[in-house]
Amino acid sequence: MLNKKTENTGVITDLQCYHCGQPCEETLWFEEKPFCCYGCKTVFEILQTNDLCEYYSLDSRTGISVGNVTDESFTYLDEPEIRKKVLTFDSENFARVSFTIPAIHCISCIWLLENLQRIQQGVLRSEVNFARKTATIDFDPGAVKLSGVAGLLASLGYAPKITLDSDEVHKPPSDRSLVFKLSIAGFCFGNIMLFSFPEYLGIDHQDSYLMRLFSWLNMALSLPVFFYSAVDYFRSASKSFKQKQINIDVPIAAGLLALFLRSVYDIITSTGPGYLDSFAGLVFFLLIGRWFQSKTYESLSFDRDFKSYFPLAVQKKVDKLWKSVVIYELVVGDVIRIRNMEIIPADCTLLDERAFIDYSFVTGESKPVKAKRGDSVYAGGRLIGEPVTFRVEKRTSQSHLTSLWNNDAFRKVTDNRYQKIIDRAARNFTWIVLGIAVVTAIYWQITQPSQMWLVLTSVLMVACPCALALAAPFTYGNMLRVFGRNHFYLKNAEVIERLASIDAIVFDKTGTVTHGRKPDVWFFGSLSLEDLRSIKLLTSASTHPLSEAVTNSIEEVAAENVIDFKELPGRGIEGIVGGKFYRVGSAEFTGSVHRERDASCVFVSIDNELKGYFSIRVAVRKNIKGMLERLGKKCFALLSGDNESDRTTMASLFSPSVTLLFNQSPHDKLDYIRALQQQAGKVMMVGDGLNDSGALKQSDVGIAVTDSTGVFTPSCDGILYGEKINSLDVFIYLAKSSLTILKTAFVISFLYNAIALGFAVTGNLTPLVAAILMPLSSISVVAFASFAVNFIAHKKLGQWK
Amino acid sequence: MEIITLLIFISLLIAVGFLIVFLWNMKSGQYDDTFSPSVRMLFDDKPKVFKENDAPIADELERERAEIAQADDEKNNGKSVL
Repeated sequence: MLNKKTENTGVITDLQCYHCGQPCEETLWFEEKPFCCYGCKTVFEILQTNDLCEYYSLDSRTGISVGNVTDESFTYLDEPEIRKKVLTFDSENFARVSFTIPAIHCISCIWLLENLQRIQQGVLRSEVNFARKTATIDFDPGAVKLSGVAGLLASLGYAPKITLDSDEVHKPPSDRSLVFKLSIAGFCFGNIMLFSFPEYLGIDHQDSYLMRLFSWLNMALSLPVFFYSAVDYFRSASKSFKQKQINIDVPIAAGLLALFLRSVYDIITSTGPGYLDSFAGLVFFLLIGRWFQSKTYESLSFDRDFKSYFPLAVQKKVDKLWKSVVIYELVVGDVIRIRNMEIIPADCTLLDERAFIDYSFVTGESKPVKAKRGDSVYAGGRLIGEPVTFRVEKRTSQSHLTSLWNNDAFRKVTDNRYQKIIDRAARNFTWIVLGIAVVTAIYWQITQPSQMWLVLTSVLMVACPCALALAAPFTYGNMLRVFGRNHFYLKNAEVIERLASIDAIVFDKTGTVTHGRKPDVWFFGSLSLEDLRSIKLLTSASTHPLSEAVTNSIEEVAAENVIDFKELPGRGIEGIVGGKFYRVGSAEFTGSVHRERDASCVFVSIDNELKGYFSIRVAVRKNIKGMLERLGKKCFALLSGDNESDRTTMASLFSPSVTLLFNQSPHDKLDYIRALQQQAGKVMMVGDGLNDSGALKQSDVGIAVTDSTGVFTPSCDGILYGEKINSLDVFIYLAKSSLTILKTAFVISFLYNAIALGFAVTGNLTPLVAAILMPLSSISVVAFASFAVNFIAHKKLGQWK
Repeated sequence: MEIITLLIFISLLIAVGFLIVFLWNMKSGQYDDTFSPSVRMLFDDKPKVFKENDAPIADELERERAEIAQADDEKNNGKSVL
């Protein structure tokens, strides 16, 4: 892409920053190496003085562009109370802290972050967890302050994310008990198999002493499997009995119980070797299925609420002094100061003359809103520009935005969950098995009463739906991985099933259908190359989002020098570049009378002569129209928090049957989804901002769209990369296909069960037959499910495992 | 024939030992992050050049350096060599 740019413009832009690898615009030279900004140069200097330049030889992608390092202060971390919240361990000369660092992305990151002690005195040790994107740092609080450690990370481009729910970092990683159960079951299974082999291979009768020994050893080994590894199945079965709902665990538990008790009976009475190998194998396979399905994306979070979005502390005025306080402690009437790029933590009124507030995280709209003295400002906005003071009007937990979390949708208990297809299948299955068992028992009771119990337990044993129970984890588990490879991350496997049954889809506009951060910019008028370069210099010095959009749209190298640069808030910027007087800004500022509807304009005048304007429009994501067409009738509505200015653009995108609603508050969105659920059935919401949180939560499947996983995504069932939104219909299709695959796998496992039942009802189920049939059925179902899912995914998404 | 009984028990004991070691590793979090340790072991430790880790030597060198700098300063009438 970079080379293409070079060809088009004929300007040399192939200089890449030595640190971050991005093309340099205003090159800074240091030690004969080009740098794109002071930030990157600073990092290089730090690394060089500490003899850490090996960083650059480890990975070609190396550094993170730090931009011009903002003077982001972490001093609030040194307040005792905040400090206590953040630190995991604290003593006089040893402290430990875990930071979440979203910027961790490559080997060099690990290396640099683990060599912090060579850069900063007082840091004792640091360790990176790559999967969770955290760094655990031990330091000596006597030698370096906590704020110093955080500041050091920020200056290297690894700014830690410290938010209200930072405590989250300290939580232990995902539950390990499943792996414990699995490993113990595997161990016992392997050893029981070893001790069972002599029996199958026909051991001599002279060695009956050994046979007895092996049987008893098997029994000892099966105890931990029964009492520890399999305990979840018994618990779940008894729970479902109490609720009078039969789930898949009921026949499994019955089968396991029959296997175990029958084997124990056989061994104690010396009537046979028992089926303990089948029993342990069964538990082992079942747990493997669970484990496979429980694939999680540790660095992603699906349960975030507003807490992970607000900062931990804010500066509050106490006796004419500014003091950092935890946000929870803010009360109505407090005066707080917010700096550039900081989030406003509570509903406030503005005390200063004016402020620009970017509500992009709340509404998805990145165009900042101007507030005047006395205006109300809602929590969640990001301040742009000069620091300003506010008076708190409502506490954080009661603010306009956060009150959304008090809605019933967020208290929804997971009781009335969607009834899983596997449980529906299991119910029928259980009744059939019970029927067969009763009939068989009656038949044997009449013909051969002594054999009745043996045959009955055999029936229950082989009816154990192990293969059935494995079909779902492997179908969904594989599909989950296929989705993950295509940047569609689901919270758990259950979402796939719900995804397949969606009746209506509702979209958010800004940030979902359109690009929240990258607008389309066109210039109307005529400008020379030199003028463009001058304008780029001017706009790049301003933090106003429109300036940023203009800066990014000019692909030339910015000019070098400016005289008399001035930024007039609310009007524009001016300056003399190359002897010409440039003004870039609003219509009045440049003397234009032109206006354009549904687009933001930035006008340009040179030496007080109007030259034209940049038209900045919201950019619609690529290929989205095709996707919407393929969805057809399913696509139901568009809910936008913005005003109607984009109605025409949206109307051309969506089919006429789609409801287009504008000016929707977060509460409106939630209510709309709830009403639609009554009317249309299962609803999927696709959104991105905090304002969609309620709707995402209320919907049956809530998908959050994001352009990078580092940024905030509201609580949802799945996270989808923005560039992949055009495959949404394919994902839904694949979810449906996985149901078909699952049903086919059910048929296969039923066939095996039928064969095994044939052996059982006739009283021919020997331990050997059981030992062959059970694993065989499981393996073939697993193989079928894995193959079918990957095959169909390859066909649809063109990706092979 | 008793010897095989003994051997079986010994082998089982060893196997259980390994299982316990595995569970212990699991519990202590060794398998939580399977990526960074795999690259961490490949990072070369460069020969240390008077770093903080070597506090006494570093202090001494620091003092020496300061003395030299002071001497230089005096020579150059206060002009910094840096």
